[in-house]
Amino acid sequence: MSLLTGTAYAQSPTNIFDPAGTPARSAFGLSMLVLSITLVIFLIVAGLLLYALIRFRHRPTDSNREPAQIYGSNQIELSWTVIPILIVVTLFLTTTRVILGTEAIPKPASALDVTIIGHQFWWEYRYPKSGVVTANELHVPISDPASPTPTYLTMSSADVSHSFWIPRLAGKMDLIPNRVNTMWIDPEATGLYLGQCAQYCGTQHAKMLLRVYAQTPQDFAAWLDQQNRPAQKDFPGNAAATEGQAVFMKDACINCHAIKGTVATGRFGPDLTHLASRDTIASGPIQNTPANLRRWVDDPNSMKPGSLMPAMHLNDHDLDVITAYLSQLH
Amino acid sequence: MTTTPVLEAVDETLETQSRPPLNVIYEWLTTVDHKKIGLMYIVYALIFLVIAGFEAILMRIQLAIPNNHFVSPQVFNQLFTMHGTTMVFFMGMPILFGMGNYLVPLMIGARDMAFPRLNAFSFWISAFAGLLLYFSYIGGSGLYAAGSAPDVGWFAYAPLTSKVFSPGHSTDYWTLAVFLSGVGSIGTALNIVTTILCMRCKGMKMSRMPLLPWLYLVMSGIVFVAVSPLTAAQIMLTLDRYLGAHFFDTQAGGSAILWMHFFWIFGHPEVYVLVLPAFAFANEIIPVFSRKAMFGYPAMVAASVSIGFISLSVWAHHMFTAGLGPAGNTFFVFATMVISVPTGIKIFNWLATIWGGKIIFAVPMMFMIGFLFQFLIAGLTGIMLAAAPFNWQLSASYFVVAHFHYVLVGAIVFSLFGAFYFWYPKVTGRMMSETLGKWHFWLFLIGFHLTFDFMHVPGILGMPRRIYTYEAGRGWDTLNLIVGIGAIFQAAGTIVLVYNMIYSYFKGKEAGHDPWDAWTLEWSVPSPPPSYNFAIEPTVSSRRPLWDLKHPEDPDSDYE
Ligand code: HEM
Ligand SMILES: [Cu+2]
Repeated sequence: MSLLTGTAYAQSPTNIFDPAGTPARSAFGLSMLVLSITLVIFLIVAGLLLYALIRFRHRPTDSNREPAQIYGSNQIELSWTVIPILIVVTLFLTTTRVILGTEAIPKPASALDVTIIGHQFWWEYRYPKSGVVTANELHVPISDPASPTPTYLTMSSADVSHSFWIPRLAGKMDLIPNRVNTMWIDPEATGLYLGQCAQYCGTQHAKMLLRVYAQTPQDFAAWLDQQNRPAQKDFPGNAAATEGQAVFMKDACINCHAIKGTVATGRFGPDLTHLASRDTIASGPIQNTPANLRRWVDDPNSMKPGSLMPAMHLNDHDLDVITAYLSQLH
Repeated sequence: MTTTPVLEAVDETLETQSRPPLNVIYEWLTTVDHKKIGLMYIVYALIFLVIAGFEAILMRIQLAIPNNHFVSPQVFNQLFTMHGTTMVFFMGMPILFGMGNYLVPLMIGARDMAFPRLNAFSFWISAFAGLLLYFSYIGGSGLYAAGSAPDVGWFAYAPLTSKVFSPGHSTDYWTLAVFLSGVGSIGTALNIVTTILCMRCKGMKMSRMPLLPWLYLVMSGIVFVAVSPLTAAQIMLTLDRYLGAHFFDTQAGGSAILWMHFFWIFGHPEVYVLVLPAFAFANEIIPVFSRKAMFGYPAMVAASVSIGFISLSVWAHHMFTAGLGPAGNTFFVFATMVISVPTGIKIFNWLATIWGGKIIFAVPMMFMIGFLFQFLIAGLTGIMLAAAPFNWQLSASYFVVAHFHYVLVGAIVFSLFGAFYFWYPKVTGRMMSETLGKWHFWLFLIGFHLTFDFMHVPGILGMPRRIYTYEAGRGWDTLNLIVGIGAIFQAAGTIVLVYNMIYSYFKGKEAGHDPWDAWTLEWSVPSPPPSYNFAIEPTVSSRRPLWDLKHPEDPDSDYE
């Protein structure tokens, strides 16, 4: 078993015991303490039990007399009441310290704010200071101890409850309608951190994946800058994209999707302004390629059954040009 | 030495046996005898155990490999909802009520429950509730082709259950079925409490009562306090859905957190409703097969009563990720950790009971040993989950699924199986086959550990629960495959059990009054016991009346 779990550990990008940020690291420290205390308790009690089972088993050679009847002992019972109380107090105090260290520390002025809104079955991310709105792929700067730039997440939900969980960065926090919760993350190395929705939220709860891209402050600033630009409008030499734009704007797409700087201002579905800059669609499970995009627009439920985006019933031509347009939204 | 439990009884059983079959059916349908009602509960619960077990197997097949298409997401969501709901409300509660119904009056020397007709009513309404739940598969609104079984989880969090997110009637089936089973549970709890408080035989002071009725007393107390809020919440939900109230309808300003509180004020103590009877069986069986008196009887009673009270104050440890804030979180961390103290006392007292005994490894005892180890592990992973920051990582992950199945299967089901083998001779007059029993035990034990040991790890590797599929490359694949294989072993074990029960009913060795050389009153009457249990009301003068009879030189009463 240990070999097997060992390899699994090494591979897993969502291992809680491989922390890469402060909240996950302090939870990890506590976990190790709790694990060692419980392991010791287990070894002692299970050892005593095993010993008793072997030592006091009935042997065929035994006499027929019943063993001595012992009804209790106040001293012994007191000891196994008091010792557990002491352990509980220790554990409680340590746990409290970690809770306060995560939930009750002041927010530094350098922190980045992001608002997260949970939807069935995707994520909406807003950067209030810069006005950027995006979906499903969260970009944040890395934070180093010398000049911490943690990201503060303010979260709520537009429909049912969800839960934001990136195991290597922090524990989860629920997104609950009519309620605002907060948490923070501070990835210490650049890279992609995976996770997924952890609160059952309906049919496609399983495919509400999370992707967090941690970037150097420079890369992050550049990304923010690019996301802040309105969507591309002119597609010289690409008639399909130009036509696709028109098709998009006159179809029901705009009821649900927004593209910054156009008449599309829908809020029900993900913002598509810079769709082509994302690696995946449909909150993670599908690679963002033209073929996948086309199939998605044609019939989302064939790729993600239960998704709330309806099939758009477009003809092949319209599908082609819309795909061409969406692929240009860098 | 004044104990004289009566060993002969009126032979009323013969009368029923000679009747034509239709009359026998009629007799069962109209019976108010606590033993028959108890058996009907057990049989109905076993049927649901098989159904819900089958649902679990389907889920495990779906999850055995990544990106599987064995069932659709809708069907999977219905499966885990029906599995959880069935196991808790239509397997766990009824089977334990059934055991209590059968055993409590016998063990306290009473002729029946305090309210026999209420008892029959409680049974029938629970049975109806179970049927209603499954009728949703064919009687739903047709939202899905195969009817519309509930798919909101056994916890049915708001606002997923509101009309907007759950149109059709699937949620209504869930609400109504669970509501009716709650009515039955409250009736039974009332009955058990009254029976224990008012109908003990002569000489049976509370301090002399066997531990099983004590635990059923505490359990029934929790049922009152815990099931009522759930019932209230279900009425509120129905008002929301049909009369436009807005308790939980967040689109109209209702509160999702309110539902969580209501639900877990029920849901947490519910775990203790299920586990206290499991403790009760252990308390009766471990001493008999260790040939020793229970160590620390008063401490066991005190621990059970305090578990009862504390269990009512820990519910929000299911809500550590809901944003309670540091003050709320620390309070519930404390309350939750404290409950491990009385629980620890119990484990140590069982250990001390075994210590210095002459342990007989009969099948009931083997299941109890499984119970002890697995409950120990469940308790320890419970402490891990109580540490809130660790919980932020683990909650709603497969680690939690592993943890609570250690309680539900590792402790409760193992203890229950032990109890089956132990009391089966009393109920049928025949012994169950020990050989088949050992097959059952080992298959189930191996299956249990393959399934639930390995389930902890995907949780640590970030696998959330209630997902119908997952992508490869997360380190979850092999583990889930092993888990699935384990489930099949458990199913095989259960089939052996059912076969054993039927086989032994016809072919088992005659049991006689007291096959295990045990000490409590139920072993003083014939097996199966006659309609009114005791021809003459017994009188007791110690906790172990039959011990006193068998060992006049060393009576129990000297040690109270
Ligand atoms: C062969 C034995 C069993 C297996 C293989 C099994 C398997 C499972 C699985 C795969 C889930 C879904 C986990 C998820 O994604 O949330 C589950 C959930 C659950 N199980 Fe079991 N289970 C078994 C026995 C039991 C028993 C005996 C009980 C109770 C007495 C029980 C109670 C529950 C509950 C309450 C849930 C949660 C349902 C929900 O999330 O709504 N299970 N089980
Ligand atoms: Cu979600």
